Amino acid sequence: MADQSTHHAHGAEEAGKAYWSANLRLIYISLVIWALCSFGFGILLRPMLSGIKVGGSDLGFWFAQQGSIIVFLALIFFYAWRMNKLDREYGVDEE
Amino acid sequence: MDQFTINLLFVGASFALYIGIAIWARAGSTSEFYAAGRGVHPVTNGMATAADWMSAASFLSMAGLIAFTGYDNSAYLMGWTGGYVLLALLLAPYLRKFGKFTVSEFIGDRFYSPTARLVAVICLIIASTTYVIGQMTGVGVAFGRFLEVDSTTGLLIGAVIVFAYAVFGGMKGVTYTQVAQYVVLILAYTIPAIFISLQLTGNPIPGLGLFGTDQASGEPLLAKLDQIVRELGFGEYTAHNGDTLNMVLFTLSLMIGTAGLPHVIMRFFTVPKVADARWSAGWALVFIALLYLTAPAVGAMARLNITQQFWPEGTEGKAVSIEQIENDPAYDWMATWQKTGLLTWNDTNGDGLIQYYNDKNPAMQEKATAEGWAGNELTKFDNDILVLANPEIANLPGWVIGLVAAGGLAAALSTAAGLLLAISSAVSHDLIKGQINPAISEKGELMSARVAMAVAIAVATWLGMNPPGFAAQTVALAFGLAAASIFPALMMGIFSKVNNKGAVAGMIAGLLVTLVYIFLHKGWFFIPDTASYSDADPMLGTIKSTSFGAVGALVNFVVAFTVSAMSKPIPREISQLVESVRIPRGAGAAQDH
Repeated sequence: MADQSTHHAHGAEEAGKAYWSANLRLIYISLVIWALCSFGFGILLRPMLSGIKVGGSDLGFWFAQQGSIIVFLALIFFYAWRMNKLDREYGVDEE
Repeated sequence: MDQFTINLLFVGASFALYIGIAIWARAGSTSEFYAAGRGVHPVTNGMATAADWMSAASFLSMAGLIAFTGYDNSAYLMGWTGGYVLLALLLAPYLRKFGKFTVSEFIGDRFYSPTARLVAVICLIIASTTYVIGQMTGVGVAFGRFLEVDSTTGLLIGAVIVFAYAVFGGMKGVTYTQVAQYVVLILAYTIPAIFISLQLTGNPIPGLGLFGTDQASGEPLLAKLDQIVRELGFGEYTAHNGDTLNMVLFTLSLMIGTAGLPHVIMRFFTVPKVADARWSAGWALVFIALLYLTAPAVGAMARLNITQQFWPEGTEGKAVSIEQIENDPAYDWMATWQKTGLLTWNDTNGDGLIQYYNDKNPAMQEKATAEGWAGNELTKFDNDILVLANPEIANLPGWVIGLVAAGGLAAALSTAAGLLLAISSAVSHDLIKGQINPAISEKGELMSARVAMAVAIAVATWLGMNPPGFAAQTVALAFGLAAASIFPALMMGIFSKVNNKGAVAGMIAGLLVTLVYIFLHKGWFFIPDTASYSDADPMLGTIKSTSFGAVGALVNFVVAFTVSAMSKPIPREISQLVESVRIPRGAGAAQDH
């Protein structure tokens, strides 16, 4: 991080660590949702959801064919929005 | 105007557009050739990524795969989109921050090892080459069907077009032609789907029509489809008929493989900032989702239409007669596709009717004996013709068919160009500049990139004309290699402090187990009759060779961490490199290189 003066180097390092763990937390939560909607609702938990009917089939079928894709989209945009905000909060964004 | 002229008009107009863009977007520097000067807007890049990613397989094959299998092939829908979440969260922003031109360059620098870079280059070239064969044969088939030229001539025309914009324009030319190709392919895919959805369900949005009501019977479309395929002895469309473990692993392998395919990753090097790389992955998935939310509707509606055409009086009535197939204009599509050999039928019992049912189902065998049927008489219905034949099956106007022809070609050409670019930059940047002649001038490197591209096109064209018998199976190989070697190496490079020895050992281990497992099931080097197992009865439980990429990735991670823990930790400057890749600040500076 050559662009920071030695004066602030220590504080910047701390901020960098906090930024990274905030990022990891966000990734962790997002991937849990990612797996739950595709492998969970779409495949493994489908028998449990079979009582919930969606247009001629059940909720699990909808998640496998369309729902998971919509959730993936929401996840990526949420992550991008949140991370770009975190970049600024921790002062690590690109000027 | 006859159909041939219409097809020629649509394909010709789309090709003229691509050439026009090629002349406009000529690359003047290596940065423009490899990364379009890093000036591509995230939405534009998202659209180009979508065209790059959606190949002949997505456009032509996927709806057919879903139509004839139903729910179990949802793995393709989730797998080929879910990988973008991994790409957006785990790879794209960090690789953009690193700011180099190729995937292997990151692996080589991060693991301070020319060997790691070389292993990555080899994986990349094998994965991209096997993938490109399918695109080139797809171009030949589409030409052969719609322009009535033989597939070799069609292939050569396609190769000349790709040559024009990829060799001169590099990433810059490819990016902007891919944007045009995306528009062509998405219109070609959705317009017929809208017509068909309106006909069947009255809903103009196919994705919603799928869960709507079949107007002819008044029942929900999916319930109606389940009922008629069940009555013909097939597994219910919405039911889970296959193996659960295999479905999970297959989905995961497709996801990891998608995130590890170099021609997709390198598209994220073209945007100006790290923040843009994050947005761009989202936009790519928006444009991909437009097709992927429509595909399951196309599959289900086509299955319903086709089945009802074979049983015009319902499944309890008489099957369609040969006389009707030959004379009723609604069945013209069958004669057209019979010529290609991809659709065949045979009146085995000589009753003048064509019975289409599942002759492997014991209950249907009993019914067949009682009715005097002699087995399923629809002897072949190739998955790949479904999307191309769909507008004819639904009796849509001629211009829709011309549009679909241009769309199929756009899908195959855009993916081929992306793959060829990945191959040529690996050769000129990683092999020539990285290993053979590091002192090469920028002008020399640009020239060698163009020569490498021209050679890659020639090789791909030759392979497209003489496809090895295993062409279809090599797609599993491309995904397996990307999942088992490239994805884990990139992820560990960013999220862990795994050292050089760990990374090399992990990549080689992941690569070898995946290759061996595929070869054990598909034959050694795909030579027929050398396989010890088959995907119908796999070696490990129910895990098919196409689902093994996820297992290979796991082996890669385990070996890499173990070997790394037993050897010297990474040097200080590499530790600093990892820290800097994790933080967006300073990405602009990394451009000058």
